[in-house]
Amino acid sequence: MAMNSQGRPTAATGGSDGKQFESFSGHVGLRLAEPLIFELGTTETTGVDYEDTSDLELSCGGLERTGEIGCPGLAEPDTVRHYTRLSRRNYGIDMGVFPLGSCTMKHNPRLNEKVARLPGFGDIHPLAPKGTVQGAYQLMDELSHWLMTLTGMPAVALSPKAGAHGELCGVMAIRAALEARGDAREVVLCPESAHGTNPATAAFCGYKVKSIPAKDNGRVDLEALKAALDDTVAAVMITNPNTCGLFENEVREIADEIHKAGAFFYCDGANFNAIVGKARPGDLGVDAMHINLHKTFSTPHGGGGPGSGPVVFSDALKDFVPVPYVLKTDDGFDIVEDQTGKSFGRLTAFQGQMGMYVRALSYMLSHGSDGLKQASEDAVLNANYVLASLKDVMSPSYDGPCMHEALFDDRFLKDTGVTTLDFAKAMIDEGYHPMTMYFPLVVHGAMLIEPTESESKTNMDQFIRSMRGLAEAAKAGEVARFEGAPYHAPWSRLDETQAARQPILRFAAE
Amino acid sequence: MRYLPLTAADRQSMLEKIGVRHIDDLFKDVPNAVLNPEIDLPRHKAEMEVERHLSRMAGKNTAAGSVPFFVGAGAYKHHVPASVDHLIQRGEFLTAYTPYQPEIAQGTLQYIFEFQTQVAQLTGMDVANASMYDGSTACAEAVLMARRVTRRKKAIMAGSLHAHYRAVVETTTQYTEDVIVAQKPNPADPEAELKAVIDAIDDETSCVVVQNPGVFGHVLDLRPVAEAAHAKKALLVVVVTEVMSLGLIQSPGEMGADIVVGEGQSIGNGLNFGGPYVGLFATNQKYVRQMPGRLCGQTVDADGKRGFVLTLSTREQHIRREKATSNICTNAGLCALAFTVHMTLLGEKGLRGVAKVNHKNAIALRDAMKAVNGVDVLTNAFFNEIAVKLPKAAAGVVDALAERGVLAGVPASRLYAGDGLDDVLIMAATETVTADDIDVLKGALEEVL
Amino acid sequence: MIKFTEEHEWLEVEGDVATVGITDYAQNALGDVVFVELPEVGATYDKGDEVAVVESVKAASEVYAPLAGEIVEVNEALEGEPALVNTAALDAGWFFKMKLADVGDLDDLMDETAYNEFVEGLD
Repeated sequence: MAMNSQGRPTAATGGSDGKQFESFSGHVGLRLAEPLIFELGTTETTGVDYEDTSDLELSCGGLERTGEIGCPGLAEPDTVRHYTRLSRRNYGIDMGVFPLGSCTMKHNPRLNEKVARLPGFGDIHPLAPKGTVQGAYQLMDELSHWLMTLTGMPAVALSPKAGAHGELCGVMAIRAALEARGDAREVVLCPESAHGTNPATAAFCGYKVKSIPAKDNGRVDLEALKAALDDTVAAVMITNPNTCGLFENEVREIADEIHKAGAFFYCDGANFNAIVGKARPGDLGVDAMHINLHKTFSTPHGGGGPGSGPVVFSDALKDFVPVPYVLKTDDGFDIVEDQTGKSFGRLTAFQGQMGMYVRALSYMLSHGSDGLKQASEDAVLNANYVLASLKDVMSPSYDGPCMHEALFDDRFLKDTGVTTLDFAKAMIDEGYHPMTMYFPLVVHGAMLIEPTESESKTNMDQFIRSMRGLAEAAKAGEVARFEGAPYHAPWSRLDETQAARQPILRFAAE
Repeated sequence: MRYLPLTAADRQSMLEKIGVRHIDDLFKDVPNAVLNPEIDLPRHKAEMEVERHLSRMAGKNTAAGSVPFFVGAGAYKHHVPASVDHLIQRGEFLTAYTPYQPEIAQGTLQYIFEFQTQVAQLTGMDVANASMYDGSTACAEAVLMARRVTRRKKAIMAGSLHAHYRAVVETTTQYTEDVIVAQKPNPADPEAELKAVIDAIDDETSCVVVQNPGVFGHVLDLRPVAEAAHAKKALLVVVVTEVMSLGLIQSPGEMGADIVVGEGQSIGNGLNFGGPYVGLFATNQKYVRQMPGRLCGQTVDADGKRGFVLTLSTREQHIRREKATSNICTNAGLCALAFTVHMTLLGEKGLRGVAKVNHKNAIALRDAMKAVNGVDVLTNAFFNEIAVKLPKAAAGVVDALAERGVLAGVPASRLYAGDGLDDVLIMAATETVTADDIDVLKGALEEVL
Repeated sequence: MIKFTEEHEWLEVEGDVATVGITDYAQNALGDVVFVELPEVGATYDKGDEVAVVESVKAASEVYAPLAGEIVEVNEALEGEPALVNTAALDAGWFFKMKLADVGDLDDLMDETAYNEFVEGLD
C-alpha cells in the first residue's frame, strides 16, 4: 500500500484553557489592536498619486502655507487595513437585531446605495445649468409626490438636512404664517415626553416653551391641553405615534382644539414609520410634519448621519416654504432659488440631501403602496409580539397594543440591584445592541424596544428568549452578570466622568 | 416583498400569541374613519425594475465627469479614491447608529476622534467637533456661538461670503435676537471689500464672517481683519468652502481666526447635487463649552484601556432641551468618515501635492481666459477658482456652453440676482481638469461670445 | 451661621457676605460633577435668579440665587477640579461668595435641622 500519511494532527485539542496567555503583539486573535493614524502614519507617506508641480510659480498672493500641517498619511494598503480594523469594533444592523427604540434601525437595502452612486445622481453639481440636471429635478418632484400622497398633505419642503432641521423648518413656517397675519404669539406647547429637539427648536424660533402633561395611559391630556390653549399659543408640537410608542387616539380632537385657538399643529414625524399606508397625517389635522428619511424610508444611519428631514405642510402653511423648491413647467422642471413671496428663507446652501432622496425613493418604489403598508403592519406586529412575549417577566409601562415600539420601565428590576443601564449592557453580551434606555423621561428607567419590520420571527424568538433569560437572571439575584457588563465586548464600560472632567478632544503628541 | 421576512403563517401565529384576530386590532387607537386610506401610488417593484426606472432618470443628467467641467462656488468636483467608497460601505460603519453605546461603537468613535484632530490641524485651530450638516449651517451656528461668547448681537457678513451661506445665516437667526449686517459683494476690488468689513466693526459687533478663498475665488490675508475684530473684542469667523485650499493657503488659525467653519465635501465626498456634505466646525480651546454639535473625547475603560466616548453632551438638546446651544441632533457621520479616510490617504504630502495641481490648473484656466477677447479676469490671487467678467450676461453664456457640452461655471447672477453682477462668471479648475478641457472651453467660449 | 434653601443650597454667613454651595444631598443626587459654570464677580442677582450651572455627565442643573446680592468672589478651584463639589460639598466645593442686599432675608431660610427634615420628607 502507499502510506500517504498526513503531516498534521486533525483532532481538536486546546480549547479555552489557553486563553490565559497574553499575546506578544497586543492583538487578541481576530480582535486586532489599532492605534490612531497619528501614531501610525508619517507626514511623508501618501496613498495618492498626483502630477509633479514642483516648478510651478504660485499665484496665491504670497499666502502659501509653509509650516507643517500635522496630518500624517498612509499608503492605500494600510489605510484599508486601518479602517477595516476600526469597523470591526462596531455593531450595525447588518450584524444583528438593533432594537433601538425611536431610532428605527431597519435594514438598509443595497440597491439604494447602488442607485445613489449612479454618476447621473452622485456626480452632478447643485449649481449646474438647469438644462443639464432635469433628471435630478424630476427625482425631487417624484419623491415629493410620494411624500405628499403618503401623508395626505398638499406641500413639501425637501431641503432640511435632518429631523431637527426639519422641525426648525416647520416652526419657522408657522411663525412666518402667524406674523403674516400680524399675530406672532409667544408660546409653544410640548408634551413632557417630547424629544429634546422639540423645545430646543421652539426656543430657537423665539418661543417660550410650556409643557403639557400626559394622562395615565401615556397620551396627551386633552383637558389639560384645552386649558393651556389660548391666543398666546403659536403651536403645539406633538409626536404621533408618541415617544411611548402609542398612537394619540384623541389626535383629531387635539387638532380641532389647536385650530380653534388659532394655533398650528406641528407633528414630530419621527415615528411615521408605524403608520405609513395606514393613516395620513393630513387626515388627522396636522399642519406641518417632518419625515426622517433615515428612519421611515431607510436611508442608512451611518454612525450618526447624514440624515434628511423633509417637511410636509397643510394648505395654511404651504406658501411659506423655504427655497429652493422645484417647479414643474411646460418644458420640464425649474428650481426657485431666490427668496420670493412669502417664503421664510433658506435653510441650507443647496437643494438638501439629494443622496438621501435617491435612496428613499428607491426604497419607496421597491415597496410600493402595498409593501409600505405591509412594512408598517409588520413593524407594529413585531413590537406587539415583543410586548406580549415579555409582559410577564418585564414591566410594560402601558397596556397594549402599542405601535412600532414597546415601552418598559424598571419596576421589574426593583430590589434586584440591577439598573436599566446594567440590563442594557448585559444585552451586549447576548450579542444585541441595547434598546433605547432612559428615554422617554416620563417613565422610570425606560427601556424602549423597536424591533422594526426587518426582523424575521426566528430572530424575534431568539431575541425574546434572551431578554426573558436576562429578566429572570436579574430577579434570581445574578447581579454579577449585570453590574460589570459587558464582559464580552471589545471594550468594557468607559469612564465618561473622566472624559468630561478633563476633556481630550484631539490627538496631541506627547 | 424582498425586504420583509415575516411569512403569512408567522403573522398568524404572532397575532395569536398577542391575542388578537386581525392586524387592525393593533391599530385600534387610529380613528376608524381615517384607517387604511386609499393610497394612489404604484405597487411594489422588483429590484431590476427600480434600478431601470432610476437609471433612466439619472441618464437625463450630465455627470460632471463626462464633460469639461468648471463649476464650483461652494461644491467642487475632486477625485475621490476608490478605497474611500469601499470603506464607508462596510456594514459596520454604514448601518451603525450614533455611538451611544461606546463599548460596541469604538470604530465610529475612533474615526470621529481622528476626524476632529484632522480638522483642527487643517484649520489651524485647537479643537473641532464631530461635524455639522454642511458648511452653510455650520456658518449659522458660528454666528450664534459668537453671540454666546461675546454676549453681543451684531454679526457682520463680508461681501466675500457665499450668497447662500449669507441667506442661511439670515434665515436661521431671523427669530433670534441677532442682527445680521450683510455687505455687498465686490469681485473687482477684494481689498475694498475687506476694508469695508474692518470699518464696520464696532463695540456692538459679536463677529465678522469672512470667506477665504472668497466666493469669487480671491485669497486674502485676513490678519488685518483679525486685528481689527480683536481690538473691539469681536470674534473673527472664517468660512472655507473649498477645504482643499488648506493644502496650499495659510490656515485661518494662522491668520487669527477664532472660529473656522467649512464645507468638507471636497475631501472624500462627491458632488451629490448638494448633499449629503459635511460641515466643519473648529475653534480655540477656551470656547469649547460654547461649541454646538457632538464631540468625541478620549478616556479609558474599566480595564484602563484607551477608548473614546461622546462627551460634553450637556451642551446638547437632549439634555438642555430649550436651553441647548443648538437644536442640532445628528452630525454627518458617514461623510465625516469619507473625509477622514480620504485625508488619511492624502496625508499632508498628498494634500499639498493635489492642492498644487488644483492651483496649476486654475492658473492655466486664468491664462486661457485672459487670452479670450473681451474677457477680463477679476481674480489675481486665488486657489482653484477665479471670477471673470464677460462682454455679455453670464447666464446665457453658461447655457450656450452647456449646449456645446461644456459646463463652464456659475453665473454670479444665480447667487446675487440684482447686484449688478450679471456679466460675472465664477469658474473653478480642480485636479480633475485636463489641458484638453481648457482648450475645449476656450474654443467654445470664443464661439459663443 | 449656616442656612439652607429648598433648592439644596447652603449659605455660610459672615457679616453681610454669604459663601454659597450645594448640599451633600444635592451632589449625591447629581452624581459625578464634571463642570461648574460660575457667575462673574460684580454681577448682581435677585433671589431666585439663575446664577450658576452645575453639570454632571448626563445632566445640567441651574443654581439659583438664594437671596438678592452681589457676587464678590467665585471659587476658581472648581474650574480645574469640579470633583470638589462631590468630595467636599460643604467646604472646598463652595461656588461663590455673595454680598447680601439685606441680611434680614436670612430669616426666611432653613437651619440645619429644618433642612434635614425637609430632605427626609423628599424620599
